[in-house]
Amino acid sequence: MSATSYLRGAAAIVGASLGGVPMAPGRSALEILGEAVHGALADAGLKLSDVDGLFTGSSYHFLAGLSVAEYLGIHPKFCEATMVGGSSYVGHLLTAAMALHTGQCEVALICYGSNQGSGFGKLKSMAETPLYEAPYEPRYPISSYALAAARHMHQYGTTREDLAYIAVAARQWAQLNPLAHARDPLSIRQVLASRLLSDPLSVLDCCLVTDGGGALVLVRSDRARDFPKPPVYVLGTAAATWHRQIGAMPDLTVTAAAESGPRAFAMAGLGPKDVDVLGLYDAFTINTLLFLEDLGFCAKGEGGAFVRNGRIAPGGELPVNTNGGGLSCCHPGMYGMFLLIEAVQQLRAEAGARQVPNAEIALCHGNGGVLSSQVTALLGTAATV
Amino acid sequence: MSASGYPVFDGCGPDALFAQGLAQGRFQIQRCSACRQHVFYPRALCTHCGSAQLEWVDPSGIGSVYSSTTVRRKPQAGGDYNVALVDLAEGPRLMSRIDGIAPDQVHIGMRVQARVVDDPAKGKLLVFMPEGATP
Repeated sequence: MSATSYLRGAAAIVGASLGGVPMAPGRSALEILGEAVHGALADAGLKLSDVDGLFTGSSYHFLAGLSVAEYLGIHPKFCEATMVGGSSYVGHLLTAAMALHTGQCEVALICYGSNQGSGFGKLKSMAETPLYEAPYEPRYPISSYALAAARHMHQYGTTREDLAYIAVAARQWAQLNPLAHARDPLSIRQVLASRLLSDPLSVLDCCLVTDGGGALVLVRSDRARDFPKPPVYVLGTAAATWHRQIGAMPDLTVTAAAESGPRAFAMAGLGPKDVDVLGLYDAFTINTLLFLEDLGFCAKGEGGAFVRNGRIAPGGELPVNTNGGGLSCCHPGMYGMFLLIEAVQQLRAEAGARQVPNAEIALCHGNGGVLSSQVTALLGTAATV
Repeated sequence: MSASGYPVFDGCGPDALFAQGLAQGRFQIQRCSACRQHVFYPRALCTHCGSAQLEWVDPSGIGSVYSSTTVRRKPQAGGDYNVALVDLAEGPRLMSRIDGIAPDQVHIGMRVQARVVDDPAKGKLLVFMPEGATP
């Protein structure tokens, strides 16, 4: 038992939808968000006017909670737009569960939309380069992740080839997902031969830049069985916040997932061996490796060997990023929402060719900033509550 | 300072004081008068103990490369360059650039020495050189 175990299973996802994945040329970020919200509410059999709790974030709107509420034409009683980067939407699960449990709202909507792919063709962000790092022109954010990868390689002998296995596994999953953006075959050799951007990371170590949005509808679990789709319960979730800029990260080989993971597992009363399917925020290949270690799926320093030879690919023993991940499915700037929607699809057995058989428990791990904000969530089917 | 500890500052804050020192070619970091640990980047409060009693000191300038990356850039845009994290002998870690050596020759663990240089585009800039290199 942990201090937050009283929230275990208190809330459930009863509606989920993507929007504009992977590309939606000619559509704005809010239009993509609107499409996802429409889909999620239809999935739940609810109306927009039923929504009284709003959880959102944006790379386009400084006052995202206000802009999204107004755009949707709703007047939420509870509005939460904490911005800790791409992990924000995973973080919203905890605040949504708290708000539902304490009666602050009855129907919680978590939503996101972005047109980074077709609107800009590169990362758009309101994020500033920190004052004391800006003069050295780190390429934001890749150089920060490159520094972490270089340190992991130095300390543990991890290689670019180890990281290439992560890119190839993501691509193999993407080939099973009709909505994934990058579905061409990809080899280890191609990853190793791709152009270096910030050593040791190359173009194919980096996530895509696409469009996309997503929305989730949550209710208290005592109502969750009254909806058309099988509910997906929030079993555990925890966040950890350690720094903003990479120079302030205490040890570049250990992320705050080493703290958020154990707390989320404790809340859920679960451990790594219980997890059937994982979504790990793969903005870069090194992320997947670090999170596998920090969340306890392998020992620190052993991630390189762990991911080799298809262990996390289709048919491997540990299904990771089954939609193709940020590396090969979609990455509209902040990826956290897509971890959650893929988990819902897997736990509802709606994932088609990429379905993990008998998936009952999913882990979603969100990352924000430069390995800065880490948020872990454990979701489960009705059988796990 | 009042008994409540307010105000903490007399005039400019640590960011401006650091910038003023750097403009004169001086690299300074803070040391906490309460816990004696060093702090960088400049802060209002000690990140180790929370004290507001931070004093400026001249660090040894000696450090070691904690991690390093070569940022790839087209030759016509200036070519590849180094971005490194340096652990100062006094403890703090900071982002900087290792000069006086090809970017891809910088290696983790390399001992380096701080220098304030005149950067054509940025004015005074704190960089590091391999120990023993002549500027």
